[in-house]
Amino acid sequence: MATATDSDLDRPAAEPSTRTISASRRFKDRASTVLVTLAFLIAVVPLIWVLVTVVARGAPAIVSATWWGNSLSGILPESFGGGVYHAIYGTLIQALIATLIAVPIGIGAAIYLVEYGRGPLARTTSFMVDILAGVPSIVAALFIFAAFISILGAPQSAFMVSLALVLLMLPVVIRNTEEMLRLVPDRLRESAYALGIPKWKTILRIVLPTAFSGTVTGVMLAIARIMGETAPVLVLVGYSRAINYDPFGGNMASLPLLMYSELANPEAAGSYRIWGAALTLIIIIMIFQVGASLLSRYSAIPK
Amino acid sequence: MAKRIDLKDVDIYYGAFHAVQNVNLTVTPRSVTAFIGPSGCGKSTVLRTLNRMHEEIAGARVDGEILLDGENIYDRNTDAVAVRRTIGMVFQMPNPFPTMSVRDNVVAGLKLQGVRDRKKLDEVCEASLRAANLWKEVKDRLDKPGGGLSGGQQQRLCIARAIAVEPDVLLMDEPCSALDPISTLAIEDLIADLKTEYTIVIVTHNMQQAARVSDQTGFFNLEATGKPGHLVEIDDTEKIFSNPTQQATEDYISGRFG
Repeated sequence: MATATDSDLDRPAAEPSTRTISASRRFKDRASTVLVTLAFLIAVVPLIWVLVTVVARGAPAIVSATWWGNSLSGILPESFGGGVYHAIYGTLIQALIATLIAVPIGIGAAIYLVEYGRGPLARTTSFMVDILAGVPSIVAALFIFAAFISILGAPQSAFMVSLALVLLMLPVVIRNTEEMLRLVPDRLRESAYALGIPKWKTILRIVLPTAFSGTVTGVMLAIARIMGETAPVLVLVGYSRAINYDPFGGNMASLPLLMYSELANPEAAGSYRIWGAALTLIIIIMIFQVGASLLSRYSAIPK
Repeated sequence: MAKRIDLKDVDIYYGAFHAVQNVNLTVTPRSVTAFIGPSGCGKSTVLRTLNRMHEEIAGARVDGEILLDGENIYDRNTDAVAVRRTIGMVFQMPNPFPTMSVRDNVVAGLKLQGVRDRKKLDEVCEASLRAANLWKEVKDRLDKPGGGLSGGQQQRLCIARAIAVEPDVLLMDEPCSALDPISTLAIEDLIADLKTEYTIVIVTHNMQQAARVSDQTGFFNLEATGKPGHLVEIDDTEKIFSNPTQQATEDYISGRFG
């Protein structure tokens, strides 16, 4: 910069350029604020709409005395009595069996991919997980139908539904666990090795506990997701209006299946039950999601 | 207890990259050996080969012999896990196990090696924390998470954890570079205490630190980026800092480059 001359010093102080915002910038600022706010409203309106509708129409059903404890066994289609206990049991037991199968396999696969996987086998596994993640639930259901029921001759049952749910749950569990394991810093592994701890023990006692909270949260979210799946229950198990505790045989209800079957009921009690079951399903899924976020908050490792 | 280490014609590679070339040196028992040199000269790499830690990086390999009291740790039949039980390591960043209490951190090595005896674990815990000059500060919070300590305390906790498994050699990879001067002083005092029982090798960027704590200093250098690093010279610390044989060493320690 040139040295200041007398005329520079005499000149009156100008408004600093940082104080003025040009009209066009102000306009762009306003316009984009309006646009993103609008996008937010458009996104959130249907959500609230759905929730309000389901709660408004479903509430009368779920506050009835028999709703949570009874089945529909012996209840006439036009009667407002009975409950969905049989369907809640079905939804939970099918999800539970799927979880018991998918979680060990999923966590094992994630450990392989993160801690051991090198070369073509790991790349193939990872690719297959991606493919599996993109499989629509109806395809998973039809695959189980073809493989287990048509070819192996297994009867339709809740267990078949669980197998299809395993296919849907696996990629979610694998991907999430993988992320959580990768978040465990390598320096923790190295300092365990430096103590003369073998690799498998390091994974079991250092890496997995460190990744525990995120892994469990991911599993809970995966469970919440599969509980609403409809295609597997439509294809793989028959509907029952009564309680069936045996997942390996007979028809078994679940909340989505109950809703589907009540669609054929033209009576007012039919739509009453559909809305009630919808609200029940949302509540159960929400319990899992809130549980997941509480778990991740309270079991997170203190910094 | 303390053991001697000899490196004979050691070359280290990461895949096709030749990281360190032709290192020959001897680390004597019950002494502190410091490695100094500019970044990327391979001093940490050499340190990590001493307990076979570098092989955790895919594609890394070592040519030549590294002898621990005459036994080649890269022998085909040598178990890396057993080598690491004998040669402990402290890292640049303090890294206590975040899921464990202070006590469990200290005895993690023993516990995971299968020691169950509660009394013995408690004894080792106290002895190691005392040896690491940390006992007084943490004796009332042994059940609190190890991650809750200050940075300097965490690093001393890591040293306690490393000596709890009674290694013969202790490797330290810039143990003070993440610490403030007071914690650094505490660690340096600790190193002086520990060398009565252990063979210590320390990598440091701080030349004053090398001069203060070590008996022997090795200077590593590299000709240019992408070229392998090499050991320029290794000698008594006093000689390296007052009257080095090589011009490059003198330039480095007098601050003319690096």
